[in-house]
Amino acid sequence: MIQNQSSKLKVNSKKSSPKVQKIKAARTSKSTDDFMGLEASLVKQIFNLMLKSRVLEERLIKIYKAGEAFFWIGAPGEEAFGVPLGLLVNKGHGIKHDYLHLHYRATPTVVAMGMPMIDSIRLIMNKVTDPHTGGRNFSNHYCIPKWNVTPITSPIGVQYNFAIGTGLAQSKDQSSGISIITGGDAGTAESDFASCLIWSSRPERPLPLLITVQNNGWGISTAYSGQHGEKNIADRGKAFGIRTRLINGNDPIETYIALKEEMDYIRKERKPVLLEAYVSRLYGHSSASGANLDDKETDCLALFSQRIKDSGLMSNQDISELRNTFEAEARDAMETARQEAFPSPDSIWDHTYFQSENADWRNF
Amino acid sequence: MANMAQAIRMALHYSETHLGVSEIFGQDVGAPLGGVFTCTQGLKTTWNTPLDERGIVGAAIGLGLAGQRCVAEIQFCDYIFNTIDLLKMVGNTSWTTNGQYNLPIVLMTPTGAGIRGSVYHSHSFDAWASRLPGWKIVMPSTPLDAYGLLLSAVKDPNPVLFLKPKSLLRIRGEELIPGEPSNEKELKQRIDAPLGDRSFWQPNWPDLQDFEVPIGKAKIVRSGDELTVISYGRTLPLCLKVAEKLKANIGVSIEVIDLRSIYPYDWQTMKASIKKTGRVLFVNEDTEVTNFGEHLVYRTTQDLFYDLMARPKVLAGKNIPGIGLYPAMEEASVPYEHEIEKEILEILAEVP
Repeated sequence: MIQNQSSKLKVNSKKSSPKVQKIKAARTSKSTDDFMGLEASLVKQIFNLMLKSRVLEERLIKIYKAGEAFFWIGAPGEEAFGVPLGLLVNKGHGIKHDYLHLHYRATPTVVAMGMPMIDSIRLIMNKVTDPHTGGRNFSNHYCIPKWNVTPITSPIGVQYNFAIGTGLAQSKDQSSGISIITGGDAGTAESDFASCLIWSSRPERPLPLLITVQNNGWGISTAYSGQHGEKNIADRGKAFGIRTRLINGNDPIETYIALKEEMDYIRKERKPVLLEAYVSRLYGHSSASGANLDDKETDCLALFSQRIKDSGLMSNQDISELRNTFEAEARDAMETARQEAFPSPDSIWDHTYFQSENADWRNF
Repeated sequence: MANMAQAIRMALHYSETHLGVSEIFGQDVGAPLGGVFTCTQGLKTTWNTPLDERGIVGAAIGLGLAGQRCVAEIQFCDYIFNTIDLLKMVGNTSWTTNGQYNLPIVLMTPTGAGIRGSVYHSHSFDAWASRLPGWKIVMPSTPLDAYGLLLSAVKDPNPVLFLKPKSLLRIRGEELIPGEPSNEKELKQRIDAPLGDRSFWQPNWPDLQDFEVPIGKAKIVRSGDELTVISYGRTLPLCLKVAEKLKANIGVSIEVIDLRSIYPYDWQTMKASIKKTGRVLFVNEDTEVTNFGEHLVYRTTQDLFYDLMARPKVLAGKNIPGIGLYPAMEEASVPYEHEIEKEILEILAEVP
């Protein structure tokens, strides 16, 4: 189904920004695939990070299956969307930079932003060294304040709501910082998604939000037709006068160009965009459904590998060497994390309040 | 003297001019109405939101994540229930991020009965709120405490729920707020919006001063040595009235404590008083089953069992799903003077 939907989405070259057209014209490669004008180094960087993110997720699943984690949820199948997003973020802390309100399929985005593999492994293994939650939360529940990656939560859809607040803060500021939301198609049934559309499009105070939906065609175990009546989720933005866009999120090049254009628009116009990307879910919802490869789904990494090879940018050997390097990095990270401590039981009261002010009523 | 609505307004003015509050928002919070109870009239950073409680709380969370200080309002606590999972998330943000994010937000909401508010303008939220770890919860019963608690809430790096006892919002205080003009009419003329067209109206704020009521500190509002009554919000002045009446009529000496902070709560003040009197009644108007007062009774039995002269009791709202509009129904549903008096007399009559 995803493939059918994706194939309907043709890239309209007229939509390319002047900058992209310039890049296209300046490109010297003679390969038949010109990657819509993107520089070869950027194409390779995207591929590299997609592969790295995939290898990391595969390692997380192995850690879960080996009984060294209680739960896995993650992002294999969303690399072609998440990596370009991470590369395009204006990364930093504070309202002059972009805020990220991500969901629990965000590994490709934070890997592209520069998160080391070991930090994701520490998180899934509940190590005290986990920089995101101190070993308190599930896999893929990232939190990186220095890059405005706000805490990822398990309830679906709430991140569309929280972005209203960072968007409000940025709407008063003259800089180009925006708030970016990712989420799944099923999560858009929550009222928080409607809140986001309504609050961001009020003429009195429009908000600079990139509202994205990664449509993988599933809500846990329920297929799209059991979740939605609307043909495209993006169409819901039209009722609010919000600029909308549908893209094939299994194509990292199309995604990169579309995201760049939409982010440029939001940075300049300070208005929201609703972008829906068709993606795949390669290992099911989570470890609760087994975390096994679903070979009926389109694999964006396999498609892109083939395209990279066909274009002559990388050989089979280059790719397998790269994979081996990442696998070794992931294995070493796991070995290191294994040696690290778990949180101590007496730390349960810590951080209930700011600077661990006493929270235990027994001591009031 | 200022009433509580004016005190809240003055605290918000002080907060936006001295404490960095950049956004004050909620339904009808901005001009022209300035809040259904006038608590936000004339302020410079107020604005009206869509009628979307989840959006209001979400906006506050996002502003907090961006490090901004805001005060958000849910128009009546009866309408806060569709945000309860968001309130849970506010409470757990510091904990789940291992202290990396704190949310310095203030959420205010009017609570309780007493204005003939029927089913959806009479309920309480303090018992529910006490089950939201990570929040601080306060509830004033006087204008000066409202001013001081709100300034403490705004300065606090943690999320603070500021419960407004709606039946007390129009009651005048007995103490001046620092900077408040002593002439009541002058204050009204300076900060109350006129009726009718307000488009050209500007408040003329008095030169207000900083004042803190520390969160977590109760106040002994009446000293006594035969029984302790502990309450907050709407029922506090009722308890005080009953205590005065019983002193005049039968000469009994009752200590009345205004808890002011529901969480964290001032156990040391309560404990010292109960130890002295040996008899205690906790009064609040949220429903009685799994009521916050029950937790305080639990603590009383754990810490003071052998000091007690009578069974500790809780007087709270009846465990029914609504509060009827007809006055006799409301008065039978939540504590009023007659019931407080009856409970006090029963506890006093108990022989150990």
